[in-house]
Order: sequence, then structure tokens, then C-alpha cells
Amino acid sequence: MKAMPGRLTRRSDRRIEHLLRRAGFGARPDEIDYYGELSIPDAVDALIEYDQVGTDVDSLIGQPGFVGTTTRGVFSPQSVITDSRQRWLFRMVHSDRPLQEKMTLFWHNHFATGYTKIAGARGATEGARYLAAKASEDPGRVRGQIEMLRDNALGNFRDLLTNIAKDTAMLFWLDGVTNTKAKPQENFAREIMELFTMGVGHYTEPDVYAGARVFTGWNVQRIGSAADGSQHYEFVYNAAQHETTAKTFSFPIYADGNPTIPARAAAGGMQDGLDLINALAGNPNTGRYLATKIYRFFVSEVGPPDPDFVNRIASVYLQSGYDMKTVMREVLLSPQFWDTNNSFARYSWPVEYVVRALKDVGWAGFSVNDALTPLANMGQTLFEPPDVSGWRQGQAWFSTSAMLARMNFAAQLAKNQKFNLAARVKAAAAGQTPDTLLYFMQRELLTAPLDPSVTSELSSYLRATGAWTGSDAQLQTKASGLVHLLAGSSEYQFV
Amino acid sequence: MNVTRRQFVKGGVAAFTVTFAAPEFLSDLARAQGAHVRNLVVLYLSGGNDSLSMLIPYNDPFYYSRRPTLAVPAGQVLQVGTDSSRVVLGLHPRLTGLKQIFDQGRLALIQRTGYPNQSRSHFTGTDIWSTADPNNAVGLGWVGRYLDSLPSPVDALVGWNTTASLPHVLQSAHTAVPAIASPSGYSFSSPNSGAEAAAERTTAVRIASHVPVDRPELAFVYGSTQGALATLDRVATVSTYNGSLTGAATYPANNGFAQALKAVAGAMVRGIGTRVFYVTTGGFDTHSGQNVVQTNGAYYNLMATLNDGLLTFYNDLRNQALLDDTLVLSFSEFGRRISENGSSGTDHGAASVMMAMGGRVNGGLYGTAPNLNTDPKNPTLENSAGDVTFETDFRSVYARVLDSWLGTDSVGLLGGNFRKTSLTFV
Repeated sequence: MKAMPGRLTRRSDRRIEHLLRRAGFGARPDEIDYYGELSIPDAVDALIEYDQVGTDVDSLIGQPGFVGTTTRGVFSPQSVITDSRQRWLFRMVHSDRPLQEKMTLFWHNHFATGYTKIAGARGATEGARYLAAKASEDPGRVRGQIEMLRDNALGNFRDLLTNIAKDTAMLFWLDGVTNTKAKPQENFAREIMELFTMGVGHYTEPDVYAGARVFTGWNVQRIGSAADGSQHYEFVYNAAQHETTAKTFSFPIYADGNPTIPARAAAGGMQDGLDLINALAGNPNTGRYLATKIYRFFVSEVGPPDPDFVNRIASVYLQSGYDMKTVMREVLLSPQFWDTNNSFARYSWPVEYVVRALKDVGWAGFSVNDALTPLANMGQTLFEPPDVSGWRQGQAWFSTSAMLARMNFAAQLAKNQKFNLAARVKAAAAGQTPDTLLYFMQRELLTAPLDPSVTSELSSYLRATGAWTGSDAQLQTKASGLVHLLAGSSEYQFV
Repeated sequence: MNVTRRQFVKGGVAAFTVTFAAPEFLSDLARAQGAHVRNLVVLYLSGGNDSLSMLIPYNDPFYYSRRPTLAVPAGQVLQVGTDSSRVVLGLHPRLTGLKQIFDQGRLALIQRTGYPNQSRSHFTGTDIWSTADPNNAVGLGWVGRYLDSLPSPVDALVGWNTTASLPHVLQSAHTAVPAIASPSGYSFSSPNSGAEAAAERTTAVRIASHVPVDRPELAFVYGSTQGALATLDRVATVSTYNGSLTGAATYPANNGFAQALKAVAGAMVRGIGTRVFYVTTGGFDTHSGQNVVQTNGAYYNLMATLNDGLLTFYNDLRNQALLDDTLVLSFSEFGRRISENGSSGTDHGAASVMMAMGGRVNGGLYGTAPNLNTDPKNPTLENSAGDVTFETDFRSVYARVLDSWLGTDSVGLLGGNFRKTSLTFV
């Protein structure tokens, strides 16, 4: 067989790309180079032990050679939500800690908090601040919710719960700021049981009312100085607003099975909430709920979750004391993760689709700002999940208009990269015939298997409008047209 | 459909019922000759509508004692009369348009709709209202099942969802309902132009026709692609529609709900074949700062959005002689707690009010209002008199729409006989 041209960095063993599609956002050429040198266990290790990777991805923003951002005045991701979104997309493309960004997205969907409500309560600047500021760039050392999630991306789940219960954005989002002794507020108490831990069916309505009383007094205070811009809201336990009577649940709170949080003096009443969080983190239903969600996100959306996987991951979760690093190592080394039936078995989220397309097609001269409207049309705006249950996933991503938005993003990116694409094809000497071009591009944009009828249509397309010359002009037209069709194909929508 | 235009004209189009597979010219022609179609607009009030602030029992002393900051003063409500339990009721003061429609007998308010052991979860609740199956709310949507029951081939534009993602109520096994949030943005881009762009589109259409039936997950995405490509040109005709009204009476530009209804009216006026529409307006999860009474308060503004959208739509359809062809049916995942909470809001509750609006609607008050007395034995309330308990199963309302409006068999589609003879709203 005649050797077909291909980018040298693409390897014949493409399992590493499966790993990077799931544990990251696809693979840049340099990522394929790096991870492709490693054995699978070593690659998993490299992804998980990301603390060892020192690069500060944010320092690359605005540098030549990286995907662009668009600024209106000073780039202000700590106070302007559009810039916060751009920064996160930039990180997804260029971070050398892809699993950290992937887990942060997982937690963002899990503890789904929306910008608009917080901005409505506190103004646009503070809305962005409580979601996306880094302590190092904020005059009041505010660490926004997404930075907290990022810092704890593979941390302890109980710590995540405790942090989220004290998170300023969450306290506004689920109305904790109005949870008082006289009128307990149920919103957070309900969702911490229904969506953050055990799942629906494992708690009762009286549990919700008791939970609301548990978190009375978990509130915010305004501190700092207006003059230097450090003034901000942060968590405070307000003993005067804590409801001190005993609270009984339908599930065990303590190790001995006792379901009642005892009456406590107001001064020590914050322990109520810590006891409930501890109980929720350690509830076996939480392990199963998380394991199921992890299966859907990292392994497969086809068919029901594998019960062996759910049981094993749930038990690793409990045995490790809720350590997500241990859990994720088990996930990424599991036989289910590597089962070839589970390749391309998940519907990509819009941000996964966009970032992977950038990594596959190219980013030179493209600004992530120009992906924000397409992403909204595809149904995913970062920091704006539709509600606290997060985004509707799987087939729900694929309405006709969302699919059209994906196809149109493919067209937009292909047009933007038209000249780069033609140059790449030429450099690889892949433009001799329509079929060498097709072969090349199919390797660059890996899809779920294409039926021969589809490749035949693509081949006809390349021959459609005139004789093949391989001229620069023809390569610009046909390479971009082909990228449009491939990145807009149904098969490319899977990861 | 293998008939020519001339054969139909000779036969007298008005004698035919317009079917879903009818070609486009037939819809226009039939309408010109007085034939009627039956359009259904499903309206979802997202977040759990506090129906006690929308349809107010303004003489109930407990309404005021349990809602010290949220109650609308009796003098401000828009009185709509007395229900069969002799409770006097009034609409929220901002609902002046709905009051007009009610007075014209074209708005039905169906009180205390819900189901046993009503879920207080947004997500489970929405799933239940969407599937009409409280016991197993993970299946197809009730409107989706209706679409599946239509004789094939079903037109790719039989449904139009005005939101960006597919709502559960429209999930179906065989019918991909297009999501068209904005008709003007619904077009096919290309990195090239002219013949090259056309070749890309032709190829995309040809690829989409090779549906991989042995790979159902992939086939689903093919269905979306196919649906998008098949509807682009017809949807483009709607993007120029601006309504029959002018000036302040037209669809308000800053009201997304009204803009969605404009597209719905445009689709009807252009006769592109769509019969089922889905629209939504959100923000009803009013846990805090509900501000029912204050001008530009949170709930006041929710009512403004709802009222202005529906009134414009109603007037536009009346001008276009399409009012008799249209039924709007509203739902929300739950009502809200009767007593206000400490944050001047209301928490998740149970039964709520459904609305039906249209030219063939028999308007008025259906069902009975809750008595808000805090006596735990109060039969109209549940949860220690905390929430309104249902009187009319919501599936009975769906049954009426399926049987009497859509002309199908509700028993089969709902998996049981939920017919209730007193529900004569359509």
C-alpha cells in the first residue's frame, strides 16, 4: 500500500487521544507528542499529578503563538464576565493541566451557579468577581467560585461541599443570604441533598425543612475598604440567626446511625452544618450518585451505567475518605474507560466541541471571544448554566438549532483558518489528489467511524466543482470546505 | 402527497382537513377558503409559578395574614368574578391584557391543577409535567408522543421549539422538533461562497440522508442535522415577519417571550406547516424579594412579560384571522408555598393554575380556589396547610386538549382515562 502523508505527530496508537478527549479537551500536536511517549498508566499519572506541572497558563494570555482574546480596554477576567469566559476557554486550549480544567468544568456543572442572578443582586462587576476572580488579582483577596473549584478539582469532596456551602456566589445563588432563624430558607438545603450529594429519592420533604434550619446563620458579611476596592462580601457564621433546636433526618447523621443533630447553643451552631455535610459526604447514596455522574461524563452515555463500575467507584470514593484524586485514578485506569465500545460514546458538550476543534483545526489568528456567541447558540455559556441542576446533556445538546450552530462554528473556524489549513496540507504534501487530502484531514479531525457512504460523499465533494489542480487557491477552498464538513459532521460531535 | 395543486382546487380545498404532511401551498390555499387547522402553543412558566399572586382570592383573610408583604391589596386586583365554590377572584393588577381576553371569554383559568404527592423539585416536577407520568418521568414528552402518533411522513417543521435546547415535553421517538430560537439566525454558513458554498451544503444534505440506523446514538445527531437542513428555507420566510400591529401595540422588542411569540405568529401567517409550538418565560423561582405589588418588582415584571407577550400575540392572531386556529396552554412545575418566607419570597409548593387561551376557548374559571385557612385539616391544602392541594389532575387538562382540540385519543397517549367532563374549556 502506498504510504499516505500525515502529520508526523499523529501516532498510529490513537488511544492516547481517547484519554485526552475525556480527561482533557482533545489534543494539541504538542500534547500528542508529550503524552504519546508515555505508557497509558504513566499518561494517566501525568494527567492526575498535575501539581507537578508548573506552568502558569494565564501568563500566556495575549502572547503570540496562542489563541487570541479580545479586550475592551484592559483584559479583566476578575471583574468582567465576558473576559472570565475568555480566560477559561484559553485555559482549556492551552493549559498543560488538562484534567484540572476538565474537573473544574465537571464541578461547575455539578455545583451549577449562574452569573445573572448574582449580577442582578450585586452588580455585574461583583457577579464576575465572586465567580471568577483569583485571589492574587483581587484587592480584597476574593477567590471566586470557579477558582475554588479549580484549586480543589481533585481534592476531597467533603472539602468541596464545605467550601461551596460558604461560597459567596452560592450564598447569593441559592438564597443562603436570606436564611434566618425566623424563616428558614429551603433552597440550598434542598439542592445540597438533591443535586450535590445523594440525589432525588434519598431524602424527604421534612429533611429539606430540617436542612434549612441547619444552615440558618450561614451568611455573608461585607468587609474591607471601599477606598482601595477591597470591600467585598465573604462568608460569616451569624450565631444570632441560627436556629438552635435539634434537627432530625430520615438518614443517619452520625457514625452510630443517630439521625438527629442535637440542640446546640447558638455560638457553636455552625457545627450543625458541618455535621450535615459530613453525613452527606459519607452517605453511600452520594458515592453512587457521583459514580453515576462520573460514568456519564468520563466513560459513556450509551446505555445504562455499568453497575460494576458504579459499585467500584462508589466504594473507592468511600474508602478513600472522598478523595477525588484516588477516585479519578481508578476511573481512568478502569476497564470500562478503555473498553473500545466506549470510544466516541459520549455526546460532546459545546465547550468540548469548540476547544477540540481549535486544537484540531488551528487557532492562529482566532480569538476565543468569537466563540462566545456560537457557544450560546449551541446551548452552553460558561458561568451561566440554565439552573442549579446544570446543563441538560447527551441528546439534549442536539436540537436542530444547536446542531446548526455547531456546523456554523465549523464554517467560521474553517474560514478563519483557510490559509493556515492550505499551508499545512502543502507542508505535509497531502494535496496531490482529493483522496490524499481527505485521508489527511480525516487523520487531523478524528471522528467516530465514518460510514463508507459518508467518505464517498466527501470524496465527491472534493471533486465537485472542477478538475483537481492542487493549486494554493484550490487547497484553500477545498481544505476549508472539507474541514467545515468534517468538524460539522455528526460523527465529530462525539468524544 | 402525490396530488397536484389543480386537482385540489377542483376538489374544493376547504372540504379537506389540512393534514400535517400537506404541502405548503395547501395550507395557504385552504386557509384562504376558510379551512381551519389546529395549532397548539405550549407555554412553560419556568421556576414554579406562584399562582396565588396571579389569580388572587382577595377576600380570603388568610391570604393577607400569611403574606404580610406579598399580598396584593383587594382594591388593586382585576376582578374576574366568583368560582363555583363562591370564592371571589382577581387577576394580578399588571394582567390588564389577560383581563381583556378573559372578558372576551377567550381565557380559561383552571385552578388547583396538580397530581398526588406533588414533587417540590424543579427537575422532577418539570419531568412529570412534561411526560404526564408522575410514576416514571423519564420517558418521552406528552407532546412528543402525540407527534409520534401522527401518520408518517411527518413534516420536519411540524413542531417549532422557540428555545435553544429541546424541552422534555417535546421529546419524541421519531420526530425531531427543530429548535429555532431566532429565525434570523437560522441559516447555513460556509467558509466559501457561490458554487463552493452550494457544494458544501449539497454534500451536507446528502450525508445527512445516510442515517446510520444501526447506530442509534449517532442517528439521533443525524436527525438533528437533517431537521436543520430541511427547514432552513421555510424558516427564512418567517424571519421577515413583524406582526400586524404597529407602534406600542406591537411585540415589545425587550421582551424575549413576546419575540418568541412573534416568530410563532409568523410561522402561522406564512403557513409553513408547523402545528405545535413551545414557548417559555422564566424567573418564577421567587424565593426572595418577590415584590408582587411594587411596579417593576420581580413578580410584577414576570406578569408584565407574560401579559404583554400574550396580549400582543392574541391581537395579532385576531387580525390575521388565526385566533380560532390557536390554543395556548400554560403549565409550571409547581405552585408555591402559601405563607411567605423570611426573604419576602415563597418556597416550592404544590398545586397551581393552568391557563388556556384561544379563539375557540370557553373562557372562565374552572375548578375551585383553595381556602387558605391554616387549619391542618383544611381539605384544600396539604403539608400541614402549607401548600395548595390539587383538585384537577393536570392529565385531565392534557386529556381535554388531546381529545377535543387535537382530535386524538387521550387514553392511549396518556396511558389511562383522565377525562373529566366538567373541563369544557375547549
